[in-house]
Amino acid sequence: MLLVFTGGALGTAARSGLSQVVPHVQGVPVGILGINVVGAFLLGLLLERLGRGGADQGGRRDLRLFAGTGVLGGFTTYSALATDTAALLADGLVGRATAYAVGTLVLGLAAAALGLVCGARLAAVPGGPR
Amino acid sequence: MTALLVALAGGLGAVARLVLDAVVTSRAGGRYPAGTLTVNASGSLLLGLVVGLGSAALLPPTWALVMGTGFLGGYTTFSTAAVETVRLTAERRWAAAVAHGLGMLGVSVLAAALGLGVGMVLVGR
Repeated sequence: MLLVFTGGALGTAARSGLSQVVPHVQGVPVGILGINVVGAFLLGLLLERLGRGGADQGGRRDLRLFAGTGVLGGFTTYSALATDTAALLADGLVGRATAYAVGTLVLGLAAAALGLVCGARLAAVPGGPR
Repeated sequence: MTALLVALAGGLGAVARLVLDAVVTSRAGGRYPAGTLTVNASGSLLLGLVVGLGSAALLPPTWALVMGTGFLGGYTTFSTAAVETVRLTAERRWAAAVAHGLGMLGVSVLAAALGLGVGMVLVGR
């Protein structure tokens, strides 16, 4: 639980810092979009690599809880995606809201799929870390 | 100081997600990852409310940041939802995959809109 707490705090700090630096483009929080897409790729990579490396226990489980559930779970956010979309809709910007929400979903799913493939490749490297 | 509070609140949010996900998953018992949907929909409702109350000046900006960007940002997760959706797709569980992708998005946006609306009603806008 301490691993998840520490990782979640680090991920949240990184998201908070990045989202303040990256400006919104026409009301769309592209910083959050980038964070969610990159986070989805990294989680796919991590989980597939760990899953193919062996059973979910010991150091492997600790790394999953810290980096996956903690850091990447805290780094990415669903509530900001939903609330920013709802706010764009409330302002009557239906096209922009739809592009932001569906765009995040499509790019995020593609990134997660790519991460899973890369994780599987990485696990198949002969002599790689187990 | 605010940045530290936001980070710590994010850590608490992540722990809350871990706990609620475990509870929902054990209760639901099925093969659908209901925990992530529960976390993301409830977190979206609450963030809508926090933003609504914040814009109504019923919540100080620092608290809105700590609760919204911090706790609820750390509580909800996009990465897990995306990976789970891809895995459901890979298992050809189409209905579950659509529910976890588009369904979760629709439910969460509606929940956030509801939260925002409650905040706006409170300020009489």
